[in-house]
Amino acid sequence: MKTLRFLLEKEFRQLLRNRQLMRTLLLAPLIQLILLPTAADYSVKDIGIAVTDNDHSTTSRRLIEKIVSSGYFRLIGYTDGYPQALKMVEQDKADLALQIPIHLERDLVRENQKQVFVSINAIEGTKANLGGAYLRSIVSDFDDEIRLQWNVAQSDAPTVSVASSNWYNPYLKFPLYMVPAILVTLVTAMVAMQSAFNIVQEKESGTIEQINVTPIRKHIFIIGKMIPFLVLGIVLFTMGLLVGWALYGVRPVGSLLTLYGSLVIYLLSMLGLGLLLATYSGTQQQAMSLSFFFINIFNMMSGVFTAVDSMPGWAQAIVASFPPSHFIRIMRMVVLKGSGIGDIKYELAWMVGIGAILNIWAVLNYRKTA
Amino acid sequence: MITIDKLTKTYNKGQVLAIKDVSLEVKRGELFGLIGPDGAGKTTIFRILTTLLLADKGTATVNGCDVVKDYVKIRNNVGYMPGRFSLYQDLTIEENLNFFATVFGTSIRENYDLIKDIYIQIEPFKDRRAGKLSGGMKQKLALCCALIHKPAVLFLDEPTTGVDVVSRKEFWEMLARLKAEGITIMVSTPYMDEANRCDRIALIQKGQILSVDTPAGIVGQFPVDLYAVHSANTHKLLREVRNYPGTDSCFAFGDALHVTFKGGAAGAHEAGAGPAGLTNYLRERGLADVGMEKIPPGVEDCFIQLLKS
Repeated sequence: MKTLRFLLEKEFRQLLRNRQLMRTLLLAPLIQLILLPTAADYSVKDIGIAVTDNDHSTTSRRLIEKIVSSGYFRLIGYTDGYPQALKMVEQDKADLALQIPIHLERDLVRENQKQVFVSINAIEGTKANLGGAYLRSIVSDFDDEIRLQWNVAQSDAPTVSVASSNWYNPYLKFPLYMVPAILVTLVTAMVAMQSAFNIVQEKESGTIEQINVTPIRKHIFIIGKMIPFLVLGIVLFTMGLLVGWALYGVRPVGSLLTLYGSLVIYLLSMLGLGLLLATYSGTQQQAMSLSFFFINIFNMMSGVFTAVDSMPGWAQAIVASFPPSHFIRIMRMVVLKGSGIGDIKYELAWMVGIGAILNIWAVLNYRKTA
Repeated sequence: MITIDKLTKTYNKGQVLAIKDVSLEVKRGELFGLIGPDGAGKTTIFRILTTLLLADKGTATVNGCDVVKDYVKIRNNVGYMPGRFSLYQDLTIEENLNFFATVFGTSIRENYDLIKDIYIQIEPFKDRRAGKLSGGMKQKLALCCALIHKPAVLFLDEPTTGVDVVSRKEFWEMLARLKAEGITIMVSTPYMDEANRCDRIALIQKGQILSVDTPAGIVGQFPVDLYAVHSANTHKLLREVRNYPGTDSCFAFGDALHVTFKGGAAGAHEAGAGPAGLTNYLRERGLADVGMEKIPPGVEDCFIQLLKS
């Protein structure tokens, strides 16, 4: 126990002395939390639209006006022929081309129906999807409007309409959804990577040899390496939480005890990963490329930006083995919904299980290699 | 104090042989030198004895403890200074020393007497980070850290490599003082001229021990007479001496050549092929300023002789 105290004293002294590292650790959360939630936004605006109006009627003009005034679309071109409109899409000036057929107004009155035609540039999937959906809803809205106005007989069949209300994030504020997830990625990158680098550095500089000829037991050495980064992770998390609150007003609805309890379990599992990576690397460069690989996959697949639930089954199975995916869920549930321990027990169990596997694996491999 | 019995160690799953059937014995209180070129297997022997590495075959004991079974005891009792500086570069001299004292459950004050002579030389810089020290100071700090728990055995792996001549001399004087304190010291070096500082030495090459004896004993085993030959034109001299039919071996040592002659021990040289004929032979070939005298062999001469046989 006394040895552990001396080790910790040494570790903290070295950490605090590493100015560059401290600067990164303090600034990174701030910058990421300012940039990401405000910049990365799912709602699509400013969709360029090129319209070909073959009807030139009051109705067609009203439709165009309705589309433009919705706020989602920007009228890029008003062309005489469909080829010109399509050309604008091809040149990437417009994102979609809308063709209003000749006799729109007349046929609507006479035949009670008429189709408009839309071409969408689908290179940017989200934009295409959302743009198409917005346009569809605007057109159907417009349809209702003119029917009402002209007193066209509504069909007698009953219709089902959907009324939705958004819970836990009523105004669909994006930062509210992003801040908890970004906090997780921050802690992940800093803690898992830095702990791996730190251990590998001792290998690289040969100091681990010097430690190995002392009576320090290996598990004490490992614990001495983990505790400082656990503390660092908690400090970082707290800072991030404060920044999220100050900038976006994100305040955890659930209990802080639940949140920090889960954080400690999460950090222990990620420290296990860091240690494991360290046992497989001989130089800091190797550790860097290994951890970069994991961090990248974690960030892309753990549900920070894209929902895990909409991934194919095999991908979901893989993601289930990522501790960050569970902690991101916990964060969103506790911060936005106020979930308690009972609601997050499966996620906690997953993290404990994966953490145990990673740590045991790391310790076994550490014995063998060092 | 240290016994090594038929140690064999290979790397890369047996492809690279590091040491083969090495057996040695170091007595209590001895200053023992492992002398050999780079890659001879010196560091491997050190790493096995300091419990950092497991041998493939053979056994070894340090201070009566087996290096495999009693490794914990050994770690409490030995000091190890690796060839590469491996203390914490971002900690100061004092912090490094203090750290290693505390992990051995002691304090700087408790064993200050042992390191005093060395420590006072670096004490003025005790708040400087180890990474910012000069080579000689780093080496002194490393020695202090290896000594701070008063080990029974001290292992020093190439402590003088990359250190200037004056510091090297000082260092060996420090070792002599530590030996006087009763500490058994095993030291390795690639410098043959340092061998005379040791009580006994082992010459090692390609993982095998060539000879173990006192430096005087090793030199005494030199089987033939040795001559130093010099001339202003060393380059031409070397070529011509090697062409001389009576020459057995000829190597450049500084500005002179060390030469042995065929059948040298018995003095039974063939007519005109002995040492006496060499000066004439060289003069005929345009080397007028040749000087030649019989010299006592050094450890390096013995090493080369052993490699040849």
